[in-house]
Amino acid sequence: MCLGVPGKVLAIDGMSATVDFFGVRKELRLDIVDEPVSVGDYVLNHVGFAIRRIPPDEVQETLALFDQILDVSGAKADLMAADVRGEIAAAKHKE
Amino acid sequence: MAAKDLFQELKFRDPVRARALSEAIGHEVAALGRRVSVMHVCGSHEQAIARFGLRAVLPPDLELIMGPGCPVCVTDGPEVDEAVALAVQGARVCTYGDMLRLPGTARSLADAQAEGAKVDVVYSVSQALELAEKHPADEVVFLGSGFETTAVATAAVALANPPKNFSILSVHKYVPAAMNVVAESPETNIEGYIAAGHAAIITGWGIFEPFAARTGKPVVVAGFEPLDILAAILKLTELMRAGKPEVANVYPRCVTKEGNLAAQRSLWKVFRPVTGRWRGIAEVRDGNLDLTPEYAHLDARKRFRIDTSPVRDEEAEEAAKGCICGSIMLGLANPGDCALFGRACVPESPVGACMVSSEGQCRIWHTYGGVPDLRKVGT
Repeated sequence: MCLGVPGKVLAIDGMSATVDFFGVRKELRLDIVDEPVSVGDYVLNHVGFAIRRIPPDEVQETLALFDQILDVSGAKADLMAADVRGEIAAAKHKE
Repeated sequence: MAAKDLFQELKFRDPVRARALSEAIGHEVAALGRRVSVMHVCGSHEQAIARFGLRAVLPPDLELIMGPGCPVCVTDGPEVDEAVALAVQGARVCTYGDMLRLPGTARSLADAQAEGAKVDVVYSVSQALELAEKHPADEVVFLGSGFETTAVATAAVALANPPKNFSILSVHKYVPAAMNVVAESPETNIEGYIAAGHAAIITGWGIFEPFAARTGKPVVVAGFEPLDILAAILKLTELMRAGKPEVANVYPRCVTKEGNLAAQRSLWKVFRPVTGRWRGIAEVRDGNLDLTPEYAHLDARKRFRIDTSPVRDEEAEEAAKGCICGSIMLGLANPGDCALFGRACVPESPVGACMVSSEGQCRIWHTYGGVPDLRKVGT
């Protein structure tokens, strides 16, 4: 019951939206979400209610935060971790 | 799913970053120089941890424990009795799927349904509302369970002028109370907490600041992908090592400091926290969400005289002896410590509440092979 699932908004009719959850379409209520929601937005569904509009640039921002946590951690002195950070940087370069 | 979406999602499962986070956690725990325990309080976190085998990439000196994070599990037997009694008395009781088989002191709603009572499983409280409109001659009672994330949905329906034959039997629970009950348990050795991201979408991460200040323990709000959880553990061990009882948010794509203010206004218009019993634990201060006097007309406990005596059997509840759900939910034991786990107690015939809901720790561990901590099997 407590599962939060993200989905993409396909259509909006008043306080109700049709949302695609990885191929499954469901009607969702928009009473709770605290931002205007448009077609194409991602929203987080909880028991048939959208509880959050997920900002489009969230993925990169969150990953940048993870890298920042890694950087300030004492792992900096750890050679193996430094190796892995090198791998991440290389992977980023490839993207 | 579109290829682009899949790619975005897999970024939170990136093995390279996961390895880096795991190494860094190992470094922090080594720097702490002792055995430490941290706790999360969310069934969805435990599902992700068990499913992705995250305990296997944690250092041996770090214990990651699930606390009372399953609102279904902590719903008390006598609360279920109220719903069963209402169904037996002729009301149409609607509830979420994982409440159906939750045992009361003697019987569950599934038992009542098998005996002919009107019990409907709904996916959303708005479906319960539709049933009330469809069956105007029935009294439709929505058994509302779940933490504040789910309670706001119930509140939204209460605020939208529901039909006269619709009422609410609230067994909603409040997350901050779940963390308090662990922190105040004299036996606990938890040094840091991972807070449930989805509840924090509503309440905001700021709500945990008084808890961190009072208990002197850091709190990190986390999302539900493997990297979200590993990043939260790393942040938590960093704060523990630095001796900073602060609140950090590593789920900024969903959680803000203030939370969803409109949803909070709705929540506290319809509900108020009251002290009540949690199954297997004790009286929990401000742990239950009851309807406010303003919404008493929607409160099934006020609208009906609920006589639980025909469905109540305290002796039968005692018969579940040997079940250690209470200790498991407080983080003092794990399912492997229970003599009934996987033997007398299985998902098909659960003895304790933790084996019923898909968010219960016993159910999750059973689903993922019984030993989700692969460090214990020597891999």
